[in-house]
Amino acid sequence: MSSTKPRVIPIVAAEAASEVEGEGGWLFEKQKKIYPRSVTGYFSNWRWAMVWLTQIVFYGLPWLQWNDRQAVLFDLASRRFYIFGLVLHPQDLVYLAALLIISAYLLFLFTAVAGRLWCGFTCPQTVYTEIFLWVERRFEGDRIARMRLDEAPWSFNKLWRKAGKQAVWIAIGLWTGFTLVGYFTPVKVLWGEAFTLAFGPWEWFWVLFYGFATYGNAGYLREQVCTYMCPYARFQSAMFDRDTLIVSYDPARGEPRGSRGRKVDPKSKGLGDCIDCSLCVQVCPTGIDIRNGLQYQCIGCASCIDVCNEVMDKMNYERGLIRFATQNGLANRWSKLQTWKRVLRPRVLVYSGVLGLICIGFVVSLALRSPFRVDVVRDRGALARLVDDGAIENVYRLQVMNATEGTQHYRVTLEGLEGAAITSKAEFEVGSAEARWWPVSVQVPHAATRALGPGAHPLRFRIERLAKGDDGSVDVVEKSTFVVPR
Amino acid sequence: MSDFFNSGWSTFIAVTTVVSLIACLALLIIASRRKPMANDNTTGHVWDVDLVELNNPLPRWWMVLFVLTVVCGGAYVFLYPGLGSSAGTLNWTSTGQYEAEQKKAATAMAAVYARYASQPAEVLAKDAGAMGIGERLFVNNCAACHGSDARGSKGFPNLTDSDWLYGGSLETIKETIANGRQGVMPPMAAAVGSAQDVVNVANYVLSLSGSPHNAIQAAAGREKFVACAACHGPGGKGTPALGAPNLTDKVWLHGWGEEAIVAMVNNGKTNVMPAHASRLTPEQIHVLGAYVWSLSRGAPTGP
Repeated sequence: MSSTKPRVIPIVAAEAASEVEGEGGWLFEKQKKIYPRSVTGYFSNWRWAMVWLTQIVFYGLPWLQWNDRQAVLFDLASRRFYIFGLVLHPQDLVYLAALLIISAYLLFLFTAVAGRLWCGFTCPQTVYTEIFLWVERRFEGDRIARMRLDEAPWSFNKLWRKAGKQAVWIAIGLWTGFTLVGYFTPVKVLWGEAFTLAFGPWEWFWVLFYGFATYGNAGYLREQVCTYMCPYARFQSAMFDRDTLIVSYDPARGEPRGSRGRKVDPKSKGLGDCIDCSLCVQVCPTGIDIRNGLQYQCIGCASCIDVCNEVMDKMNYERGLIRFATQNGLANRWSKLQTWKRVLRPRVLVYSGVLGLICIGFVVSLALRSPFRVDVVRDRGALARLVDDGAIENVYRLQVMNATEGTQHYRVTLEGLEGAAITSKAEFEVGSAEARWWPVSVQVPHAATRALGPGAHPLRFRIERLAKGDDGSVDVVEKSTFVVPR
Repeated sequence: MSDFFNSGWSTFIAVTTVVSLIACLALLIIASRRKPMANDNTTGHVWDVDLVELNNPLPRWWMVLFVLTVVCGGAYVFLYPGLGSSAGTLNWTSTGQYEAEQKKAATAMAAVYARYASQPAEVLAKDAGAMGIGERLFVNNCAACHGSDARGSKGFPNLTDSDWLYGGSLETIKETIANGRQGVMPPMAAAVGSAQDVVNVANYVLSLSGSPHNAIQAAAGREKFVACAACHGPGGKGTPALGAPNLTDKVWLHGWGEEAIVAMVNNGKTNVMPAHASRLTPEQIHVLGAYVWSLSRGAPTGP
């Protein structure tokens, strides 16, 4: 097959799923239940590793402690996000943006290099489906057994298997919902509430909603989420090019397919390496036949690679009839090395470069993040006032936000205006992760105001956090104006 | 309830909403009737040489979700205000929700305030928690006029000094906050006499506080001060019961100097402190009053 000739994808007429009696019928389709066969192998191990990794993090994080508080807590009520040693305020939203950009570029990069890796290995939809399938297999057996059970009439055997599966599914769903809420309400409090079922209304809603979503998506909707609902699925396909590693069947090697004995030399019968055992179709979680070429339903989970390699081993053929390969690689019969050489193409280099820059920026910015913020707000009631000896006084409010955990002491000094002096208390403290309004009165003596003349004159506030324990002193300078009335 | 010029608009909106809901369902039903397509199940559209549009059926779950959204829409306009000026069967209003949340917050804070309600100013002034609440109440409700540092400005009294127009006890401060004050200085030019007499009185008033003044004019204005003494007292010491300021100190609420005093005698002034009883609860006013009380005594928690 040359690379210039367009591949013809056969158009398959959809079966009419006539649900209603009478003429015409309805244009909708029931989900065809897919019974993925269990699979073991290299990629399957990777997927299970990712399942363990992601879920240990997800279920475990809320239980970690840090300085007598939950290590990761998104406190919406007081608008503080605690992430280990960090306390983030609403003003730090830019870090969320950076995190999302990093995630997006990582997705672009993975996808450009090796297709839908995210989908096949770490997407929650895949991970929870994998967990739910495992439970299903424990109760109902593997593919064939499950199909038979579904066709069988109701009996005690069928009942306890189905009921057991449902019970475990619901338990996992509820535990997932509980864990999600545990990121927003301290999980230990939530755990206490769980025993008396004393959740607040919103906690109830989210536990049940997220639990139901997990149960419904991983138990029932499964591949339909990837096929019909997921937006990433659509735009990831747009990042493929002819050098993207995708799960591919090698038709040049496999065709013509056909069954044969293990002792028979396929060449003598004019057959390719594919023995048409259909295992690759049976293990596919989206129910497609990878031998028809790349299809939009394929989530790149590589189950078919694992199972086909097993078959090739049994037949004593070379592995890799189905493998991660690029379209160029397949068309030009390139070796692995030749294929990998094409990975470092402009698109990948640009993604990596941008990703690297944003990551560096993110880390540096977090490291240099000021431990407190200051806003200077001039009093709005009166621009200026005259005090006894003809001096002019302006009043400011400093909004000081302490972004650290622990009470901090601050001192305010003035810069950039001749003769200006603070006539109110210039030292104060702000509690742990709190914000405080601190009024500051600034006075300029009569003679100096005459020299300045009427109008607004620039002035700078230097707010110094005094050193305490192992916290060094930090300065923040904020601009404002001093008004001298006519 | 509704903001329509006439009930026709309300009906128009209600009808449009209901028709739209029904139209959504109708659209789904019409569009999902299976129409026979050209031989190969395509619509006949072709792009880019070989790209064709298949006429595949909708997934069932999608149909179910669509119907559910229509049902939810119907339930919403039934329960909540949505159909023109109808209030919905739940009688929900944003005002009602706001009041309910206010009530909830008040209940949550009640225990805190209850502890403070019985304590005198001296105790509260030493309580960091109460002073923190007071500080925030002050910043949100008082600082706009009296300044963030509570030192006021022209026309707005300084709350940090020991000079009080009406008296500085906690009870008086609470009275001021709750019911407001109306300080009236009537125009006194006629009672005082000629324009020169007014200038003389002004200089006499300046002399009371030892401010710079013309001694001759002040001496001449002394007898004319009788007109002022009715409120400000024979010595000009002020009368807290009337809110008449003390003229013998260096505090000049409405401006300092001969010119300002002459203007005041000629024109008078009405100065208003608005009442806050409707905006703050008695418990809040108690804590806020104690905070203001502490400001004038240089309490360590105050700025």
